[in-house]
Amino acid sequence: MSNKLLEIRNLHACAAGREPKEEILRGLSLTVEPGEIHVILGANGSGKSTLMNVIMGHPGYQVLEGSLEFDGEALQPLKPFERARRGIFLSFQTPEEIPGITVENMLRASRQALTGKPVKIMSFRRELHSVMEELQIDASYGQRYMNVGFSGGEKKRNEILQLLLQQPRLALLDETDSGLDVDAVQIVARGVKRFHNEKNACLIITHNTRILEQLPVDKVHVLLGGRIVAEGGAELIEKIDREGFGSIRDAAEELQGK
Amino acid sequence: MENKEKTFVEDIERTLYDIRNEERAAYKSRQGLTEQVVRDISSRKDDPEWMLERRLEALAVYDTLALPSWGPDLSSLNMEEIVAYVKPDAKMAGRWEDVPEDIRATFDRLGIPEAEETSLAGVGAQYDSEVVYHSIQESLVRQGVIYTDMETALREHEQLVREHFMKLVPPKDHKFAALHGAVWSGGSFVYVPEGVQVEIPLQSYFRLNAPGAGQFEHTLIILEKNSSLHFIEGCSAPKYNVTNLHAGCVELFVGEGARLRYSTIENWSRNMMNLNTKRALVEKDGLIEWVSGSFGSRVSMLYPCSILHGENARCEFTGVTFASKGQNLDTGASVIHAAHYTSANISTRTISKAGGQAVYRSAVKVTPHAHHIKCSVNCESLMLDDISRSDTLPVMDIQGDEAAVGHEATIGRISEEAVFYLMCRGISEDEARAMIVRGFVEPIAKELPLEYAVEMNNLINIELEGTMG
Repeated sequence: MSNKLLEIRNLHACAAGREPKEEILRGLSLTVEPGEIHVILGANGSGKSTLMNVIMGHPGYQVLEGSLEFDGEALQPLKPFERARRGIFLSFQTPEEIPGITVENMLRASRQALTGKPVKIMSFRRELHSVMEELQIDASYGQRYMNVGFSGGEKKRNEILQLLLQQPRLALLDETDSGLDVDAVQIVARGVKRFHNEKNACLIITHNTRILEQLPVDKVHVLLGGRIVAEGGAELIEKIDREGFGSIRDAAEELQGK
Repeated sequence: MENKEKTFVEDIERTLYDIRNEERAAYKSRQGLTEQVVRDISSRKDDPEWMLERRLEALAVYDTLALPSWGPDLSSLNMEEIVAYVKPDAKMAGRWEDVPEDIRATFDRLGIPEAEETSLAGVGAQYDSEVVYHSIQESLVRQGVIYTDMETALREHEQLVREHFMKLVPPKDHKFAALHGAVWSGGSFVYVPEGVQVEIPLQSYFRLNAPGAGQFEHTLIILEKNSSLHFIEGCSAPKYNVTNLHAGCVELFVGEGARLRYSTIENWSRNMMNLNTKRALVEKDGLIEWVSGSFGSRVSMLYPCSILHGENARCEFTGVTFASKGQNLDTGASVIHAAHYTSANISTRTISKAGGQAVYRSAVKVTPHAHHIKCSVNCESLMLDDISRSDTLPVMDIQGDEAAVGHEATIGRISEEAVFYLMCRGISEDEARAMIVRGFVEPIAKELPLEYAVEMNNLINIELEGTMG
């Protein structure tokens, strides 16, 4: 099957440079195909953000065992920017502030790095402004320093802005909807919806199921203690919404006990 | 190029040694700086009598002063042989071909047009600055602006020079001020009459041509009431000089309600000791804005001083210092609040890498009777590795009442999370780090004229190359 966009097999990972090595991901397997939207649910500390960071190649994490492949290519030898250039995008839970670099300049540098071609200033600006308008971001933000002095909601919208400009093949959205008011969640959801098509895929971490009401979710994974302990379709979201992680945790523990 | 990482003159010592040998022969019987040497310089320059007297007075002061007991180590300066540094015909390299390959290569990489290269290296006898100078001159002359070299000013505007020369920086200030007073040569003179706004920035092009210029040059700028000027000194290209001591002096007189912006990017070759003295006197409602970039040199001691002499006088200081391997750059600013309602805003960025040492040193003084003073000092330092050093040494001497003086200092490193963030957007690790460093100095870069900002960015890129990762 060459139709796999992301294939993770038996992934074990820990924080880099820390002894003793304490596994955060403990044998995680996951496959994402083009056109799919996957959701990862899980209590705090279950390893969701670690998974995102490991897929992206964050130097703060070390893969101990297992494999990650993107479009049939092993990810581990690749640096984060090489992964980005192959089409993986990470929307940060807490986007970094970068003083002295304007949003426009950074996004243009990013476009240039991703495409390997020079970017025309004026046409890029037009494109930028039109996407900003869609996301209800004031055009003046293009001249502000990257995320500096932005509110939480503005930072998240700025991430979606980058998602839409970058048009990756796989979007990792790490709690992109957290800390947003109802209207902002709508804007973010619309952005993700507009991005999504049959050729690309999304892997979404969220605590807030409201955003999922707007998106056609294909698969839901429940992460617990660094492993996927339950999988299903959108119906799993409702179940967890109703019952919390308790029943799944119990079932998983029972399973391990055997 | 064989060695692409090299951007400065490391191997200059041997050449220097050879040349010094030669000069030592010429001045065989003399030890130290003598009256005869100073008289030689003076007569060669055809000084008026009073200037010779001032030179000799400065020489007398020079003999009584010791080297500064604080700051970077200056012991490698051989003061006994100071005469070798001040020999009147001590020249920058005579021909473009004599400029070391490395420096020429740097020009190419800075993107400086070939036509300018020779002059920027300090060798250009045929530099077309005359043309530039005269075309500027014409439009300004009609408004009564004087813009010329110091020697010409001394001949044609003797009274003005006499009234102001070394009044702000007296020879007794420190040993190098005294040395400067005795042996100064070259430099720029600007006079802007009352109410005249000079729209285009003036650049100190031609001073590079004068013998000994770029070494003991004197800059004297006088702004009369309600006038304005932007003066740009130097350029971001490395200046190559066979001698290794620079003790220039800048005196700025900002009249009532006048505005002066003084921008500098200094990038001396790495064998230089840059011991420069800059001072501004600001009268009522006047404004001095310093934009100062210190790159290059082995040792720098540079603390532009603003004396806020009239009520409501203001000072804005923006500076960036980049210290790399083998460099000790001791820079900063000083402000003297000598009148009521004066205010100052000092903002600096220092970067150190590869064992470089960057020190920010500032002095803020509020005189006993001055009240309603505002002064804010903000300095941020960025260290690019574990072996570099960054220090902040602010001194505040507040004798007046009602003074709001604040100091804010941060010393940090490049955020690895920010590097990761940029990498996630497809930007390579080296470029991500360079972007963050450029962002760090952006508050300074945006104060510079565009072409200088571009050159400063290029300089930073060159400095960062191959050291990251």
